[in-house]
Formats: sequence, structure tokens, C-alpha cells
Amino acid sequence: MEIKPPIPQIPVPVWKNFKDLQEWETYHQRRPESGDKVSSLFEKVTEGVHAFPGGFAVTTPVDSFLNWARKSSVWPVSFGLACCAIEMMATFASRFDVERLGMVPWASPRHSDLMIVSGTLTIKMAPMLKRIYDQMPDPKWALSMGSCANSGGPFRNGYHVVKGVDRVIPVDVYVPGCPPPPESLLNGLLLLQEQIAHFRRTGQRAAPSSKVD
Amino acid sequence: MTYERARLLLSQLTGLTVGEGTTPLVVHVPVEQWASVAAFAKETIGCEFFSFSTAVDWKTDGFEVVAWIDNLASNVSLLMKTKLGAGLTSCPSLVGIFRGADWMERECYDMFGIHFNGHPDLRRILLPDDWEGHPLLKSYAVDTPHPPYR
Repeated sequence: MEIKPPIPQIPVPVWKNFKDLQEWETYHQRRPESGDKVSSLFEKVTEGVHAFPGGFAVTTPVDSFLNWARKSSVWPVSFGLACCAIEMMATFASRFDVERLGMVPWASPRHSDLMIVSGTLTIKMAPMLKRIYDQMPDPKWALSMGSCANSGGPFRNGYHVVKGVDRVIPVDVYVPGCPPPPESLLNGLLLLQEQIAHFRRTGQRAAPSSKVD
Repeated sequence: MTYERARLLLSQLTGLTVGEGTTPLVVHVPVEQWASVAAFAKETIGCEFFSFSTAVDWKTDGFEVVAWIDNLASNVSLLMKTKLGAGLTSCPSLVGIFRGADWMERECYDMFGIHFNGHPDLRRILLPDDWEGHPLLKSYAVDTPHPPYR
């Protein structure tokens, strides 16, 4: 008679056992429901135009044209915090050349649309990150690059690390990796362009893309 | 200056017990003699280079402050240790003897909360000024929340 080894029972994961996920639910920053200043003004104007008979024929192409313009000239503010910044520089350099997507690394938050947070965010640095994000004009996006910026990464259990940049600013795209290679960041930037292409006037962002490579 | 001569000088002139090994010579110093032994090592043994200073948290046995000083001309290193005693956080400062001890003792204060008497500018050096607690203590909970960013 053949003796079969006992089949190990794999426990079904229970949501309330994942403390980290619950913490993310509790503490991550959301977009303000009211939208941003520029987009809400734009919304009022377009609603006025839309009220005219046949106004939709004007507003819909204008909207998509503006979205095309926004997605074709995303200027990221350089906010390199740690070693991920080296990969970010490699992405900006000639081999991967994000300038063909219309992205110019810019050293001023007041001229930028996108903030790439690359690296570990410490609690001491968090107010500066918040200030620079607030200095960017609306509409603005944020990309969290690397494990440290996504969740704290290997330093999550340290005493001085913010457990994810999304506890300070609302984040649109998360790029995993430690550090992410330039190809990953490039993929994240393309996903962000997809989101911007579906940007709505209300200031609400498009639903995150389900495309996973 | 050689290790043998340094050992002889330390044990004869200060009356302290010096550890067996060399590189470095390990000296256990009472807290009261901490600054005087450092001055003796600087003047007599020629340890003029202050390498580093830190502390160890031995939980119920209290803190131990450690300092490593070097005689760079003749390759003699001296490791000084002192026990502060259970529950005590006060230690003499070495800034008057070694100028390089300034930031080391500030960091030690920042991480362990040890008060160095006679330090000219004892405040936090790495953490923000409004930080509560001293994170390298064994009793410090690493998941202490820090609002608003936690």
C-alpha cells in the first residue's frame, strides 16, 4: 500500500492580517475632490461653451487637444533623493532619451508638471517634498520611483523613514524595483502619459491603467 | 611611542587596568577620570587624533561611552571605555581636549540622549529639532508614529 505524504494546507489570506495594506488604506493621500484651480476654471468656461447649441462640437476636440498637449510636454522636476536618481539620470540621458516623449528634466518646480520622487524619503525631508510639490502649478502629477518611495522598501522598519511617498503627496504611478532600471521608469512614464491622455476637466484623474507588463 | 611603553605609562601613571591585546589598547576608565585620562593620553602618549566616539546601551546596566584616539606618528591606538552607571546619562565632555569630539558627542546625544557636561553646543545634529525620544536606545520603539507623515 502506497503511503501518501500529507498535503500541506495553504491558509487563505485574510485581508485583516495584512497590517501594511491596511496602513496604506488609512494613510495614503488622495486627490482633493474639488480638483485643481486651473482645471476648475477651465471647467467653468467649457461648461459655458457646452451650454450653447452645438457647443459639444467645440469642447470635445478642444479637450482632447489640450490633453494631447499636456501629455506631449510633461516636464519632470528633478527630485533625486538617493540611488534611484542615478537611474533617473540614465533615463534622461541620450541612450533612453525621454526627450523624444517631450520630457525635459527641469530644475524648477514652478515650470514643471510631473514630480519623480526617486529614493528614500526621510521624515526630516518630507516637509521639503511637500513644499516643492505645492509650488508646482496645476494640473500636476507625481510618480513614485523605487521600493523606498513606494513603501519605504528595505528601510520600512527604520525609525526615520516615511513609509511611502503617498503619505505626503498623492501619487499617480508607482514604479517598482530597487532601483528600477531605466526601462521600468520609461514604462511608468508611458503609463502616466496614458493617464494624462484621459485627463478629465473636473480635476479627477483617470482610473489607473490595468495594463501590466 | 610603542604599545609596550604606552601600556606601562597608562598602568603606572594613571593606575588603570589596561586590557591585554594591542591594536588598540583598551582602557576602562571611571567616569570621573574620563577627561583627565583623555588629556593624559593626548599629552603623554601622543594620541592627538580623535577618531570617533559613540555609546552602547546595556539596558539595565546603563550606558557605556566609547572613544577611539590615535597616535598617528607611531601607530598607537587607544580605545577608552567608561560606564556611566545604571540610569545615569551624564558624562564629561572631551571637546576641551579634542576639538573633533564636538559633532561626535552631538550625535551621541542625538541617538542616545547622553548629556555631555561642558559641551559648548549640545543639540541634535541629525534628527529634526522637534524629534521626541532617542532612536538608538534599546527601549525606543521603531514604529513610533511621527505625525503628520508617520
